[in-house]
Amino acid sequence: MANTVATTHPEVAHHAHDEHVVLPQHRHHFETEEQQREAGSFGMWLFLLTEIMFFGGLFFAYLLYRNWYYPAFAVASNQLNVPEGAINTAVLISSGFCMALGVWAAEVKKKGFLVLMLVLTTFFGLVFLGIKADEYHEKYEKHHIPGASFSTAMFTHPADFGIKEEPIAPDMAEHTQLFFFLYFAMTGMHAFHMVLGIGILFWLTWRAHKGEFSEGYVAPIENFGLYWHFVDIVWLFLFPLLYLINRHPLH
Amino acid sequence: MSTATILHLPNQATATIPKKNYITAEHGLLSWLLTGDHKRIAMLYLISITFFFFIGGAFAGLIRLELLTPQPDLVSSDTYNKFFTMHGIIMIFLFLVPSVPATLGNFLIPVMLGAKDLAFPKINLLSWYLYMTAGVVVLTSLVMGGVDTGWTFTTPLSTHYLNTNVMTTAVGVFIAGFSSIFTGLNFIVTIHRMRAPGMTWFRMPLFVWSNYAASILMVLGTPVLAIALVLVALERTLGIGVFDPTKGGDPLLFQHLFWFYSHPAVYIMILPGMGVISEVISTFSRKRVFGYTAVAFSSVAIALFGFFVWAHHMFIMGVSNYSALVFSLLTMLVAVPSAIKIFNWAFTLQKGSLTFETPMLYAFGFMGLFTIGGLTGVFLGSLGMDIHLTETYFIVAHFHFVMVGGMLMAFLAGVHFWWPKMTGRMYPEGLSKLAAVVTFIGFNLTFLPQFILGYLGMPRRYHAYPQEFQVLNVLSTAGATVLGVGYMLPMIYLAWSLKYGAIAGNNPWQATGLEWQIQSPPLTENFPITPIMDHEAYDYEWLAHKMEQEGNDVG
Repeated sequence: MANTVATTHPEVAHHAHDEHVVLPQHRHHFETEEQQREAGSFGMWLFLLTEIMFFGGLFFAYLLYRNWYYPAFAVASNQLNVPEGAINTAVLISSGFCMALGVWAAEVKKKGFLVLMLVLTTFFGLVFLGIKADEYHEKYEKHHIPGASFSTAMFTHPADFGIKEEPIAPDMAEHTQLFFFLYFAMTGMHAFHMVLGIGILFWLTWRAHKGEFSEGYVAPIENFGLYWHFVDIVWLFLFPLLYLINRHPLH
Repeated sequence: MSTATILHLPNQATATIPKKNYITAEHGLLSWLLTGDHKRIAMLYLISITFFFFIGGAFAGLIRLELLTPQPDLVSSDTYNKFFTMHGIIMIFLFLVPSVPATLGNFLIPVMLGAKDLAFPKINLLSWYLYMTAGVVVLTSLVMGGVDTGWTFTTPLSTHYLNTNVMTTAVGVFIAGFSSIFTGLNFIVTIHRMRAPGMTWFRMPLFVWSNYAASILMVLGTPVLAIALVLVALERTLGIGVFDPTKGGDPLLFQHLFWFYSHPAVYIMILPGMGVISEVISTFSRKRVFGYTAVAFSSVAIALFGFFVWAHHMFIMGVSNYSALVFSLLTMLVAVPSAIKIFNWAFTLQKGSLTFETPMLYAFGFMGLFTIGGLTGVFLGSLGMDIHLTETYFIVAHFHFVMVGGMLMAFLAGVHFWWPKMTGRMYPEGLSKLAAVVTFIGFNLTFLPQFILGYLGMPRRYHAYPQEFQVLNVLSTAGATVLGVGYMLPMIYLAWSLKYGAIAGNNPWQATGLEWQIQSPPLTENFPITPIMDHEAYDYEWLAHKMEQEGNDVG
């Protein structure tokens, strides 16, 4: 046993902290709390990797059809509500900022500030969903929800709706439905992740209120923070791809 | 053949199973259903996948029975379609994907690394519950009338033309996918973060390496299957058009998304089996695996290449000639790391002190059958050959040589090899050798004729065929019967051995892995004190030295 590589032995790090207090959340099968925390955050990163692959399929479909049916995708994209999308981007970034402050608050054991930040994160998240719902409603009124009530009139006869845009051929206009489907699938999947996240936020806020994360055990807050930022980042890709690139290219 | 054996059992008159172990640690059904212990979860998986294996096997039996005669006489064509669909879905998603990782991997990876458990015991249990939910959902779709898309959910067949339970089955497969993601995620984190002191990456057993590679595939590939199934579901229920040519969608997109998972999935299925073979071959040759590093990296290489070959399933589906060329070339590249493994195992055998216990017989079966399956894969990767052979029984034979001849042989090798560790008792040696031989004979009788049938042009997925194919089909059905006996035998005698098997002791095979240095069955926490790894994997001199010292201690 003399040639053992002992430098990486967690026990060594463990004994380095003389005043170390064992946390109740420490699980028996981990040698040290550090190992537990690292394992948790590594697991979370891997989970986010699977999420990237999951959204990746949708992004792939979007890019493929965008290339195939470029005129349809361009005119359809012009019908999205850019101001609301832009406000939502700001709202979501604010939410992510509060989450980051929350992680900091947990690390420095400021309980009241942590609860406040989690509440604000939730609040901005809900505002985002509210604005998103308003956008969906607008699509409903414009008959842009794919399905039986879908209408391409706005793209084949833009002048009738007061839209200053060249009309596109009816068969190409049919493909705007594909754009709106992908729009709903991608933003809907994103919104679904936010709803899940907000559910978890309520639970975390309640636990933070009980003081669970104010004694040095911050892993759930940290890992949820990673998830929440991931959801933000997905939106940061969705917003330009769906709303912004090549606006009004047909002029 | 030498009759020598390395089997080394304790004196049966005095030996007992350790009173304190993971099986006796707690009692009652709830203590199993709510357990966080990776070894108990492995046993739960072992029981459940065996159940689904026999259901999937029953469908295989029905298919072969129908194909006994050229006429469509046993069932209607719709029912036949449901048979092969359920056979495929159950065998792939509920048996092959979780087979070695979720049972042997779950049991062994923490022990092999010197850890007390997987990194996330609760997620491990959750993944079993997801698996069971998926199983129940798939069985529900079966009871409600089945599904006949084929296991590939091919669009637009699955989205537009069928009135069977596509949705229910898709939900089942979707859930099974998450079970597999969580298993893979747990393995990767465990392998990165839970290794005992001194257990460096290149001291890990090759079984861990191959499961690591398979886990990467699970984590990266399975989400793409999930989104493909979500899109199929939306297409089917809402008619969103993403795979519908009349609305501008492209069915080929589904093929790309589906095979982006499902081709790597065959490596998810085979890689852990290759890990089992490395352990078995080393133990029964009394030699370190030849070219350890090359074998370790070849697993990772297979995982990596595995992601860039998916379009070889689509050569006849109208992909461009240029991409077909590239994918054909990349497909042949996968043969390189696979051959590295086969050659290294062969060199491990060379001048080793071979003994022929049951796991070794299964391992030999694996090497022969996997080589045939792998090489026929190269045939199919060549563009000209593929156009002739695809959608024929040649494909069926190729796939079953790799998956049944390869993976199932490896699974049985592993189950026999680690059975004494998992249960503390030996299986009956004579009967198990018989089962290994019967399986090998039955397998070849079933699937060799199918290569010829396919080459002669018999298409797959039909329940009737021209008269001249009957002789080969009868051979195949006869083989399937023998194969069925070969699979029933282990189930019976392994169950028998739970009570009546000889007591195995800690290390019946005199193997070197950490798992063999602890009691059988292990304690709940595996190791009373954290082990320190101070030698390379497969170091038989270290083991001899250790056994000598222990002998001196006793003396």
